[in-house]
Amino acid sequence: MSNESKVDGGRRRLVVATAAVGGVGALAALVPFLSSMLPSERAKAAGAPVEVEIGNLEPGQMMTVEWRGKPVWIIRRTPEMLESLAKLADAVADPKSEKKMQPDYCTNEARSIKPEIMVAVGICTHLGCSPSSKFKKGAEEGMDAAWLGGFLCPCHGSTFDFAGRVFKSKPAPDNLEVPPHMYLSETRILIGEDKKGA
Amino acid sequence: MAANTNFEKYKSDGSLQGNLLEWFDARFPATSMWRGHLSEYYAPKNFNFWYFFGSLAMLVLVIQIVTGIFLVMHYKPDASLNENGIPVAFASVEYIMRDVPWGWLIRYMHSTGASAFFVVVYLHMFRGMLYGSYRQPRELIWIFGTLIFLCLMAEAFMGYLLPWGQMSFWGAQVIVNLFSAIPLIGEPLSIWIRGDFVVGDATLNRFFSFHVIAVPLVLLGLVAAHILALHEVGSNNPDGVEIKKRKDVHGVPLDGIPFHPYYSVKDIVGVIVFLMVFSIIVFFAPEGGGYFLEYNNFIPADPLKTPPHIAPVWYFTPYYSLLRAMVWPLFGIDAKFWGVVLMGGGVVILAFLPWLDRSPVKSIRYRGPIFKTLLTLFVIAFLVLGFLGTQPPSYAFFGVIPSAPVAQVLTAYYFLFFLTMPWWSKIDKYKPEPDRVTM
Repeated sequence: MSNESKVDGGRRRLVVATAAVGGVGALAALVPFLSSMLPSERAKAAGAPVEVEIGNLEPGQMMTVEWRGKPVWIIRRTPEMLESLAKLADAVADPKSEKKMQPDYCTNEARSIKPEIMVAVGICTHLGCSPSSKFKKGAEEGMDAAWLGGFLCPCHGSTFDFAGRVFKSKPAPDNLEVPPHMYLSETRILIGEDKKGA
Repeated sequence: MAANTNFEKYKSDGSLQGNLLEWFDARFPATSMWRGHLSEYYAPKNFNFWYFFGSLAMLVLVIQIVTGIFLVMHYKPDASLNENGIPVAFASVEYIMRDVPWGWLIRYMHSTGASAFFVVVYLHMFRGMLYGSYRQPRELIWIFGTLIFLCLMAEAFMGYLLPWGQMSFWGAQVIVNLFSAIPLIGEPLSIWIRGDFVVGDATLNRFFSFHVIAVPLVLLGLVAAHILALHEVGSNNPDGVEIKKRKDVHGVPLDGIPFHPYYSVKDIVGVIVFLMVFSIIVFFAPEGGGYFLEYNNFIPADPLKTPPHIAPVWYFTPYYSLLRAMVWPLFGIDAKFWGVVLMGGGVVILAFLPWLDRSPVKSIRYRGPIFKTLLTLFVIAFLVLGFLGTQPPSYAFFGVIPSAPVAQVLTAYYFLFFLTMPWWSKIDKYKPEPDRVTM
C-alpha cells in the first residue's frame, strides 16, 4: 500500500512551513475583528467633566449626577455622620484608604477635599451595582441595630460607611472610588478634572 | 452491501415516488439518513417519562428560533432615548406587545420559551444523572451536552439584556463585571466585552448580534454533534444496560425498537402535554409570578439607580448562589474572583462526571443507599441554592436563621458531592444488573 512508502522529509517540512505561515495569517485576520469590539473613538471621547452646583444641598442630603455614564454621589455630611467615621475604624477593611481608590488629595479619614462634602462614584467595587442609601441609624431601614448609617449594595450585601469605606468580610474588595474633582467656587464642583494643588 | 455507484443505491419500482427517491438517493443520502437516524435507529424499548425531555428541548429550540425570527422584525437594539425619553430598545418591546398584531403572543412565547428551555434541560440533565447516561461510551454526548448548557446560559443572559429594562441593565452590569475580577487582564477584558466603560449602546448591540446569530449557530452545531454522538453509540435506558450486547440474527438489538414510529409517536404525546402546560403559562401567567419576567424589568434601564432588590431569572439562581457564597479572599486575590471561579466551576464540573463516577452499574435502580441519599441531598441543595439566589443576601429562614451560612454549606456540598464521588461511588452497595432491560 502507498502508506508504506517513505515520507518525503523535504516535502513534509514545506507542508508544515506553509501551514504555519497560513496559520499566522489567519490569526492576524482575527485582530481587526477582535479590535472592533474595543470602545470606539466616540466612546473614548465621551466622558467630559461635569459641573455641579451644590448650593442647595442641605446637611444630610445626597444628590446624584451622571459622569461617564456612572452615578456620582455628592453628600453634605452632618457632624454626626463625620463622627461615625472615627468609630468605624476597626469595622472597615481599609480605614486609612491605603489602596488608591481616591486621588492623593482625598487620602484622609473623610476621603474628601472638604470634610463635609463627600464625592464618590456610586458604583459598588464588587460587581458594579449602585448601593442604596441607608442613612438612618439602627434597624429602621432594615439594617442591624448597631448600624451607624451609610450604604448597602442591594446585589450582594456589601456595606459602606459615609466615606464610602467598605466594611470587613463583605464581597466588595475596595472602598468606593472617589473621582478626580475640584472646587470651581464655594458651591460649584467640577467632577472628572482636577488641577494639581486644587 | 455497499453499492458500487450511487445509482445502484436505491432502485425505483417505476412509480413517480420511486423515481423521485431514486433520483435523490443518487445525489443525497436521503434514505440512508432516514434509516440511520429514524426508521432503523434502535432505541431501548423501556424508555419512561424521563425520556421525553430530550425531544422537548429540541421542540423549545425550534419555538425559540421561530419566535425569535419574528421578534427581530420589530425589535430595535438602540439604547438612545426617543422623543418621550424612553430608551428605543425598551420602547420597541412595548411596541411589539401593544401595536404589532399578535406581537404579544410571539413575545410571550419567546420569554416563556426561555424558562421552558431551562426546565426541560435541567430535567434532561437530571435524567442523565439518574440512569448514568454519561458513563462510557456516552462521555462525549455528555460533554457536548455540558457545552450546550453553557451556550444556553450565554444565550439566555444576552437575550435578557435586549428589553433594556432595569433588570436587563443591572444583570448585565453584574455579570460583565464578573470578568473584571480576573487578575491583571480582568479590567481590560470587561471593557472589551462591554465595548464601553459602562454597559451601554455598544453592549446592547453586540449582545443582540451574539444572541441572534453567533450563539444560535454554535448551539445548533452542538445539538447536531450531541445527536450524532448519541446515534453512534445508541441510547442508554432506565436499567443502564447495553441493548447492543444482545442482538438477533439481523444484528438488531433484542431490546431495541425503531425510533420511528415507536418513539416519534410517543414523543408526540409528550409534545402535546408540554404544549398544554406551555400554553397555559403563555396565556394566563406569562410573567410567571415575577420569576419568568421580573417586575423590575418593566421599568426602563436607569444607569444611575440599581433596583432595591436585584436577582437573576430563576434558572441562574443556583449558580448565582454559588457566586455569592464566596466572601473570603484567598492567595491574595479578591473574594469576587473566587466567587466567579465557583460559579464557573459549578457548571464545568458537570463535564467531569463520567470520570468521577466509579460505580460498577449505571442506573439508580441498581445503585446503593449512599448514592440515593447523596443524590437526594444534591437535589435539595440545588433547589435551596436556587431559592436563596432569588432572595436578598440578608434573607433569613423563618426570620431567624441567616441564609448566608446556609448557602455556604450548600455550596460546599454541591462541590463535595462531585469531588468525593470517586470515593463514595466505589464503596456503595450495588444490586446485580439484569442481563436484559426490564419493563
